[in-house]
Amino acid sequence: MYEAIVIGVSAGGLAALTAIIPELPGNYQLSVLIVQHQVADASDFLSEYLNEKSSITVQEAIPGEKVLPGNVYIGPPNYHLLVEKNRRISLSVDSKVNYSIPSIDVLFESAADAYQKKLVGVILTGANSDGSQGLKKIKKAGGLTIVQDPVTAEMPEMPKAAINATTVDHILTLRKITQFLKSLSHE
Amino acid sequence: MEDNEIEDIEIDCLLEAISRCHGYEFRGYARASLKRRILNRMTQQGLTRISEMIPNILYDNESFDHFLTDMSISVTEMFRDPIVFKSIREAIIPKLKSYPRINVWHAGCATGEEPYSMAILLAEEGIISKARIYATDFNNKSLAKAEKGVYPIDGIQKFTRNYIKAGGKKSFADYYSAKYNSAKMKESLKNVITFANHNLMGDKVFAETHLVLCRNVLIYFKQSLQNQVLALIRDSLVNRGFLVLGDKETLQFSIVENDFEVFDKKMRIYRKKRNV
Repeated sequence: MYEAIVIGVSAGGLAALTAIIPELPGNYQLSVLIVQHQVADASDFLSEYLNEKSSITVQEAIPGEKVLPGNVYIGPPNYHLLVEKNRRISLSVDSKVNYSIPSIDVLFESAADAYQKKLVGVILTGANSDGSQGLKKIKKAGGLTIVQDPVTAEMPEMPKAAINATTVDHILTLRKITQFLKSLSHE
Repeated sequence: MEDNEIEDIEIDCLLEAISRCHGYEFRGYARASLKRRILNRMTQQGLTRISEMIPNILYDNESFDHFLTDMSISVTEMFRDPIVFKSIREAIIPKLKSYPRINVWHAGCATGEEPYSMAILLAEEGIISKARIYATDFNNKSLAKAEKGVYPIDGIQKFTRNYIKAGGKKSFADYYSAKYNSAKMKESLKNVITFANHNLMGDKVFAETHLVLCRNVLIYFKQSLQNQVLALIRDSLVNRGFLVLGDKETLQFSIVENDFEVFDKKMRIYRKKRNV
């Protein structure tokens, strides 16, 4: 029923993503798009690192590329990551949004337009409020919203901001989020 | 009907209005980031519906100029991605030195930081006297800023760091004069740059070029417009001329892929083949 998952994460993200992504099976049926706030001159370390640890394919997002099931795409540093209605990746070097490029709101809002009800939005640990407006838009478009339980997050601000901005369907620990995302593939 | 489907209709109408009234073909743009820009513009105008923007676009030229600016502004800086400029300096310039005339084209120059960087580079490599830099954009407001060559002083630190990383041979301060809160680029640089309005969405080749920089322009276009622009650039380049793209852009899968060889994969530098 769901076609794609978008994940937004900031401070504490490496550990959180390492808890989730390697647990997804190689034949996972959904596409996963991730914005992790990174320093401007970061390399593509994150995608290489996660790919090594995972059976699902993890790669840095390339503009124009078709978003496929069973693949994880990570927004490169210094570019906003967007997804088009035709399920292709777009990048932009527009101004920062919420002091961030890539910005979680930018990914989530474009994905809400593209996937509508078939989208799951996930906000994880972070020390700012990026992603809360994007999650709101996902909810409004009929998608499913998940936020990491702030009590268990390394940095609670971003999950809290998301919970305050919109109706969240599930507030879960990382372990529960992982189980939940895995279960989506078999429906 | 869903809100987002209605918005799509509104954007289609808006783009149709722009195309027929002003001749700019934004329908060739990738939709997602174009939509973000349109929504930002709408909010700034105090409007709540995209379709409310249409009367302004049709009847108010100044408002349309403003719209163009908002659609075209991308973040830029002097010697952005310094390692690319270092590669241009070390790998491309030596190959251009034998030409009696060197034409460089910055396709989509925005507010001009990139062409000034190029002028500095050419000056330090001793070939500025036989060089001409064409800096083009479809946005007159950006071009006016570029032509002025005055930048806020707070950016200078970053520019200076980039300049050093790009292999700068002198002091970056040699190239501007500081006044109040701004830095004005030296006339000797400005004199080699021709700023001109050129619309990649429809205008033709205007000069024979040896080096083209078109960085982070194609990422905003759909494949068909990308191909159209790349063909234009190919036709402008001399045989064995160079093309530099943005660091996530590639010629792979484009219609000009076979007309170029990869010169430096990591730096996104391509070289036109001999008999294209």
